[in-house]
Amino acid sequence: MAARHVEFTREMREAGYTILAPNMLDFHFSLMEKVFHLNGYNVEILKNDGPGVMAEGLKYVHNDTCVPALLVIGQFLDALHSGKYDLNKVALAITQTGGGCRASNYIFLLRKALKKAGLDHIPVISVNLSGLESASGFQITVPLLRQVISSLVYGDCIMHVSNQTRPYELHKGDTDALIERWNADLIEQFNHGKGLSQKEIRANMERIVADFDAIERSREKKTRVGIVGEIYVKYSPLGNNHLEDFLRTQDCEYMLPGLMGFILFKIDNRIQDIDLYGGNPFKKLLCTFLKRYVQRMERLLIDAIATRPAFVPPSPFSHTKSLVENVIGYGCKMGEGWLLTAEMLELAENGYENIICAQPFGCLPNHIAGKGMIRRLTQVHPGINIVPIDYDLSATKVNQENRIRLMLSVAGDAQKKRRQQELLIAQDEAAAASCGGDCAACKQSAG
Amino acid sequence: MNESLRIGLDIGSTTIKCVVLDDRDQIIYSCYDRHYSLISQKTRELLARLDADVAHGAPVRLSISGSAGMGLAIGSHIPFVQEVYATKVAADMYLPGTDVIIELGGEDAKILFLKGTLEVRMNGSCAGGTGAFIDQMATLLGISPSQMNEEAARAERTYTIASRCGVFAKTDVQPLLNQGARRADVARSIFMAVVNQTIAGLAQGRPIEGNVVYLGGPLTFMSELRACFDEALGLSGLCPEHSLYYVALGAAHHAAEEARLSDCIEAIDAFHSTESYNALPPLFESEDDLSAFRARHAQARVARRDPDGYAGNVYLGIDSGSTTIKSVVVSEDGELLLTRYQSNSGDPVPHVRSFLTDLRTQHPDWTVCAGAVTGYGEDLIRSAFGVDFGLVETVAHFTAARAFLPDVDFIIDIGGQDIKCFKIHNGVIDNIFLNEACSSGCGSFLQTFANALGYDIAEFAQLGLAARKPVDLGSRCTVFMNSSVKQAQKDGADVTDISAGLSISVVKNALYKVIRCASAQDLGRHIVVQGGTFLNDAVLRAFEKELQTDVIRPDIAGLMGAYGAALHARAQRRLHPGESTVLSLDALTHFASEVTYTRCGGCENRCRLTINNFGAGRRYISGNRCDRPVAGGKAVSDLNLYACKQEKLRALMEARNPQAPRGAIGLPLGLNLYELLPFWHAFFSKLGFDVVVSPFSSRKLYIAGQATIPSDTVCFPAKLLHGHVEWLIDQGVKTIFYPCMSYNLDERLSDNHYNCPVVAYYPEVISANMPRVHEIDFIHDYVGIDHRKHFPRKLTEILRRHFPDITLAQVRAASDAAYAAYDAYMADIREKGEEMIARARAQGRRIIVLIGRPYHVDPEINHGIDKLIAGFGAAVVTEDSLSHHMKKEPVGVLNQWTYHARLYASARYITTQKDMNLVQLVSFGCGVDAITTDEVREILEDNDKIYTQIKIDEITNLGAVRIRLRSLFAAIDQQQALDSAKEG
Repeated sequence: MAARHVEFTREMREAGYTILAPNMLDFHFSLMEKVFHLNGYNVEILKNDGPGVMAEGLKYVHNDTCVPALLVIGQFLDALHSGKYDLNKVALAITQTGGGCRASNYIFLLRKALKKAGLDHIPVISVNLSGLESASGFQITVPLLRQVISSLVYGDCIMHVSNQTRPYELHKGDTDALIERWNADLIEQFNHGKGLSQKEIRANMERIVADFDAIERSREKKTRVGIVGEIYVKYSPLGNNHLEDFLRTQDCEYMLPGLMGFILFKIDNRIQDIDLYGGNPFKKLLCTFLKRYVQRMERLLIDAIATRPAFVPPSPFSHTKSLVENVIGYGCKMGEGWLLTAEMLELAENGYENIICAQPFGCLPNHIAGKGMIRRLTQVHPGINIVPIDYDLSATKVNQENRIRLMLSVAGDAQKKRRQQELLIAQDEAAAASCGGDCAACKQSAG
Repeated sequence: MNESLRIGLDIGSTTIKCVVLDDRDQIIYSCYDRHYSLISQKTRELLARLDADVAHGAPVRLSISGSAGMGLAIGSHIPFVQEVYATKVAADMYLPGTDVIIELGGEDAKILFLKGTLEVRMNGSCAGGTGAFIDQMATLLGISPSQMNEEAARAERTYTIASRCGVFAKTDVQPLLNQGARRADVARSIFMAVVNQTIAGLAQGRPIEGNVVYLGGPLTFMSELRACFDEALGLSGLCPEHSLYYVALGAAHHAAEEARLSDCIEAIDAFHSTESYNALPPLFESEDDLSAFRARHAQARVARRDPDGYAGNVYLGIDSGSTTIKSVVVSEDGELLLTRYQSNSGDPVPHVRSFLTDLRTQHPDWTVCAGAVTGYGEDLIRSAFGVDFGLVETVAHFTAARAFLPDVDFIIDIGGQDIKCFKIHNGVIDNIFLNEACSSGCGSFLQTFANALGYDIAEFAQLGLAARKPVDLGSRCTVFMNSSVKQAQKDGADVTDISAGLSISVVKNALYKVIRCASAQDLGRHIVVQGGTFLNDAVLRAFEKELQTDVIRPDIAGLMGAYGAALHARAQRRLHPGESTVLSLDALTHFASEVTYTRCGGCENRCRLTINNFGAGRRYISGNRCDRPVAGGKAVSDLNLYACKQEKLRALMEARNPQAPRGAIGLPLGLNLYELLPFWHAFFSKLGFDVVVSPFSSRKLYIAGQATIPSDTVCFPAKLLHGHVEWLIDQGVKTIFYPCMSYNLDERLSDNHYNCPVVAYYPEVISANMPRVHEIDFIHDYVGIDHRKHFPRKLTEILRRHFPDITLAQVRAASDAAYAAYDAYMADIREKGEEMIARARAQGRRIIVLIGRPYHVDPEINHGIDKLIAGFGAAVVTEDSLSHHMKKEPVGVLNQWTYHARLYASARYITTQKDMNLVQLVSFGCGVDAITTDEVREILEDNDKIYTQIKIDEITNLGAVRIRLRSLFAAIDQQQALDSAKEG
């Protein structure tokens, strides 16, 4: 028998059911948790980690399924089995994008897992914007959506500036302390119904950027690394074997493209679909409207970061999109689709030429937009240094870190060469200045 | 001496290499040693030796490199250099002008492109084609790696061996050996597989040319391996002096900080004591636990009889397995008289001959009434020695298990390289699980590890019983396991913990990967475990602990197949009285075998046949994909919808029109174009093109395109596309049409009608990775055929960019033709399906619905499994000939892919048809099928139907497939017999 499909009802919500949701980005998700509380949902973002999570995942999910499903479902079952929750007063929430990759099926795999575990009385909420599944107790209203987007903007802002501050801080811990402070500050603002209007967001972000810029930092140049990939594995330490922690030990600066780009990408896909294959013009209008709204929020973010020249601001979505114009088609939309390729070029353009492409082992869209595009990217942007890393519950850290180290060694080499070249050019210029541009060498290079 | 010595250590997966350079960069010392994973200890010993003999206590500059050295170096604060980078540093110094370096190590393979943009490629999660793989293969051949090199030099022919992963290759090699292929030929074939793996997996479209240098152990020690690389690359590479030491040399040159070796040793000692890893509870809490466990299992004993006192009828059972031969003789009452268990050393024939000779000479007063063979070598042994009966392994094991536990409801057998388990439902084998392409849960896996650590298997397994902190290694592939073990050792696990950890992971793999159960209740209440691997107490204990239930292990757990065969022989003889045909002593004495090779002309597969002639009309043919050469086409069913589809596609390939006004347009026959070929063929023909279709895939076609495959883990059908496009360009086609398609046609069976991401977007990969497509017009725009109204406009827009004179009206007409042709094609398939089903029913044939994707029709993708099924006399029909019978209904998953919706619909249809059974083809690496297989299985099992899944890849041997199919047929027979008994 197929697994039961229990709806999350209004009564359950009113009864104060705990809604468990997986974690991906600490800062973003803690703000979102707050936003949901304020809207009457007793959401709890799961933080459980460790071998128990993996064991539950392996036990209840088809082992050939991609690693995010194993981890997210493992995390749910680990939590449910922990005894911390009243199993008759708990619900689970999981996102469902409705795209053509396996991820849209996670919710069904979760239900199957619950059934196997004898817990299929627990309601599962699909968080989606595609009308795939609905539940009377869970409605994404326009105000809620706006608040969620606001917390994402804050999250992206903090992620962006903190990642550019932490590697250079002179007093270890300054950056993380500031993140904590802002997290508490924003939640306090939210509690008082503040911090969610565009005006407040702008003011807050400018303060955030200024605060981070005020952290005392060294001026050395560190190897710059960009991280792209499948969204869960890219962001979640549970999915990527604590990749960020590792990179922090490697004396480099890393950059993660924000969530805003992904949201815009998903909206843009709907418009693109109608352009490519025909469809409802009203739907297109609606999506265009939504896209413009999110782009306005994105503008706020970019402008705020650009107020301080010390920080590299993220590129606007429209620019990032233009980078792949002749590289990959805009119809390639499943998973991270063309955005994955575009983010690699965006990073390279912004000085993060050394790129880790983090993907679940056997990730289908990444065969195309990740590994499948590396060759072309090296032609489009010579000097780009990409290492694809597969994540899998049994792939070991040793192997992954070894490959990243290699990428970093190559990066170090390139940097050395560049410095030598700069030095040579400087010498040539000095020589040219002394000869007045008359010597044979100068003429040859001019001719 | 002005400057201190530089020391570079390269701690690889299996060895430590060391070089010492003096102040003029001369190598004054070097050494090479296996470390047996005792990394800290061996490094410490080596450094102490260097300090005493070479450095004499003076400060040195030391640097460590190598995949296994990282943890140690970092933990003890010794400078570390990534090993590929170290190679590059050394090559820049010693081999200027080098363009490409190919370096194979114990568990890694690397290619460095030095010319132009520096690019470094190393194997990711797959360790196929490395030194460890070669060692494993040598073990399989029963020779040392250096003997393997000598053998390869004598090769006369090369077999196709899957190159993706050691596990697959093994599945190819074993049957070749079992079928009597020459060891020399197999050795060379393995080397060629390594070469293919390296090129396909690592070069990823970048040509390997210019000055090529070979480095690392396998390439240093194996001249034939180098020769194979030379041959495949069409050049002659150089294996320089010190080719083993490049990583160490690079490390030495990188060394900058001065330190005393004695301080380094201290740091290593300090590091060694702080290590930790994920540990599991011990297998046994106390000695008492262990003895209670042993006492309990000692009770499961088979009835035996002293052979010396016995005279009369005996029955012979032989289980010719993948790595071992098990033979038993039982009395008229089924008591065990004789047993033998031996390794087959790659060739079972002489071993069986010696067993039979011994039997005949030592027991002249026994009458061999009948014999039966089971296992991989079944056909070979049957024909060689005239053994009366053959039976599929699953049935043999069931027969044996029932002798111990009449109401057994679950049997799990873990053998050398396979796991077999099945449920028994109402006395019928109901549900078979076989490990598809992975052997990580098997005996040879433990064996390989035991050998690598310098133990024999029994001794190694024994160690695990005493483990206090077994390593948690998880489940999954051997390849991953290698590095997990490495990491655990690095973290201080001792050999007992590793032994126990491996035993536990064997069990987890079997339970969660092969059977995929969540709890013991899933399996049954009366469980019998068997197979050689369960003789290992640690595995048995781990199994019971994991299931939290007691199971029965017969005292002949390793001989159950043979025992079951003997009981089967006895039962068959009672049903069919007669004389046994097992060779007499005389015939055994004059036994001879001769091997010849030929190509089968039965069909376009042109299988390479190996014929073993044993004289007196006894011969054994192998290498065949179908039963045509063996059966002479007699029992073979001609009701095969796959063949019928192939004919229809072939007709389209042949429908050329060289006079067409617009010239030629190429369509690669793969993924999304497979089923839509009638559509696009009609479309472009109507527009005035000469449509050139690439042929059905073949090995040659695959190899032609493999160098441009960017992702080695993508499914095989996708990889083949590269070959198809190459082929079209080779034909001189100037335009190729291969559209991207997020969506397929909506057949109203699902919530959405997507293609899977790979089917949808593979044209992007072709465009980005095949330089040759830029020499021609490669049209790979996004196209939606589901929006029939919008389609002509969109196509006009796309085509006018290449053919400006095309008009919307022309495209409209072409579209109408295309949709009509497609509808007619599908209608015809359905009609043919109906017709075949009706004929099968009239002829009393079984009907197998072989479900998969449209491109599984390709003979290179399905490896002739359709023919194999037809060879068993069954009718073969497709999912798309049945799915239209059903309406859309909710399923337990998000039903959003057109092709996959057909699977669910046809599965539901089959549950309503008593005489139909389902077999699902699944391409290895197909992420979507991780979802569909579970759902299809659920649909069938909810309705008491047997689910059979076959995983396919590059792999070409059908041995495992045959077992599965025969088991299915045996189960269907049994079920039918039971049903008719009930009705009667």
